[in-house]
Amino acid sequence: MEQTSKSLWQHAWDSLKRDKAAVFSMAVIALYVLIALLTLTGVIASDWSKEVGGSYLPPSGENFFGTDIFGRSVVLKTIKGVEMAIGIGIVTSLISTVIGVTLGLTAGYFGGKVDELIVWFYTSLSSIPYIMLLFAVIMVLGKGTTSLFLALGITSWPPLCRLVRGEVMRHKEREYVQAAAALGAGHRRRMFKHILPNIFHIVIIQFSLRFQTAIKSEVILSYLGLGVQGVPSWGTMIDDAKLELARGVWWQLGAATLAMFVLVLALNLLGDALRDALDPKLKGKA
Amino acid sequence: MNIWSYVVRRLLYTVPIILGVCLIIFIIFNLSGYDPAQILLGKHATAKQIAEVRAELGLDKPLIEQYFDIVKSAFTFDFGRSWASKQDIIEMIKEGAIPSLTLTFPAFIISTVISILLSLLVAFFRGTFLDKSVVIKCVGMMSIPSLAYILFFQWFFAYKMGWFEISGYEHGFPNFVPYVSLPIIIMVIISLGPDLRYFRTVILDDIYQDYVRTARAKGLTEKVVLLKHVLKNSMIPIITYVVIQLPFLILGTLLLESFFSIPGLGGLTVKAVFDNDFPVIKAMTILSAMAYVVFTVITDILYTVVDPRVRLS
Repeated sequence: MEQTSKSLWQHAWDSLKRDKAAVFSMAVIALYVLIALLTLTGVIASDWSKEVGGSYLPPSGENFFGTDIFGRSVVLKTIKGVEMAIGIGIVTSLISTVIGVTLGLTAGYFGGKVDELIVWFYTSLSSIPYIMLLFAVIMVLGKGTTSLFLALGITSWPPLCRLVRGEVMRHKEREYVQAAAALGAGHRRRMFKHILPNIFHIVIIQFSLRFQTAIKSEVILSYLGLGVQGVPSWGTMIDDAKLELARGVWWQLGAATLAMFVLVLALNLLGDALRDALDPKLKGKA
Repeated sequence: MNIWSYVVRRLLYTVPIILGVCLIIFIIFNLSGYDPAQILLGKHATAKQIAEVRAELGLDKPLIEQYFDIVKSAFTFDFGRSWASKQDIIEMIKEGAIPSLTLTFPAFIISTVISILLSLLVAFFRGTFLDKSVVIKCVGMMSIPSLAYILFFQWFFAYKMGWFEISGYEHGFPNFVPYVSLPIIIMVIISLGPDLRYFRTVILDDIYQDYVRTARAKGLTEKVVLLKHVLKNSMIPIITYVVIQLPFLILGTLLLESFFSIPGLGGLTVKAVFDNDFPVIKAMTILSAMAYVVFTVITDILYTVVDPRVRLS
């Protein structure tokens, strides 16, 4: 009799498909990524900097979210801002994932002095409040988009590193790793080919958390003039609103906040669903 | 184990961490290749002027000495002078601490108490529509950027409705109350989402344990079970979560203070970022990291008070 057994990933995928909130979130995120790709290649919103009317025109049928101080369409700026948000989310989460996974695997697998050194380093790093660390790194690197990406990436890996390390320590003595060793697999092969796929759910869950933290951080940093310059981002749009609200101009704040709210909400819901699907032990945990 | 030997051991453990924090700050500020003398003097400085400023800032010393200057400042709090205002930095920090605390401390107490009470309430009604809708609302509230809350509330309640002061600050109780009321409300609303969601999870984690079943089997009411048994056992994660926030109270709330012109440490930090005032940023980084290290020690010691089992391990 043939018995079909499902892998963790198939199980996870099945339970995600049944979860309405998860399906909705994935659709929303896919839409945002698609918009980001289209603006990046210039298919849509390439003329965001064009004047479409007077300064601070209120929302109307023609300009759905009105215009900004230079008479540019707020809708087009918001759409162009998707590119920056998705870019920041993906690039900084990737940087932080690569550092966190590599150091976490190394520390957990080798143990001993290497482990002590890495643990000491990330404990020290995470003792500095995140926002102060960000300020310091960006100011020293110089203001601009590249240093924003770098700073967000290289400061945010300790939580992932700690989780990966703990999980690797549980896995490294298991039979499947011993079997791989008996077959002659070297350290690197055991770490990346055998252990990593078994702990990868942690990486994915952390990725979705990092993604939204990066987007939220961009807003605060843009307010401080440490963020994106030259191209529209939701952070700079929300920042503009501090001078506009007193004149009753709410639409730029409204559009950027709404766009961000939907994306971050979808990432939050997907993060929860992923956790429930991939890590049944933690079902329902915050 | 004796509690004092535990405390001493725990304090010794902070030494390498403090040295590590100082090393990271040293790498960021002294090794990364930016030249503060150039930033301070501008592009048209002569070589002699630059050399003078470098000597004044201690940048001509050997690297190892520069590192120990940072370690020393972490204990003596001697951070030198601000580039922008030429004031002694530690005096600026002393002045800013009280206004920050008048805002963050009440907000912290109010939001923690409300979140714990609400989380007990939703835990009581777990699985019902009320519980689910509260969780969804928390996630929704967390998805709005804090800057948007501040901008909207300040504009609507202070500017448009005129219920609160738009910005400013007066020293001394009760003069500051009208100035900090709206920032406190905003801070409570911003922290309510994540706090409530976390506390609910912690409490629900305990609710399915065997000791809870025993308590119910004894015939205790659900109220007694929740308030006397579950809450006590949930205290460890709740204390960790709460105490770790304390250093941030001293640091103030960067955005709120800056928007409401409250002369606290958060506003000070934001101003330093705008002014490229590196010594102030460096001082605030060292100080907040030290505060974090101290409060993690306090958390660990509090554990042993709440749960004596911790000391054994």
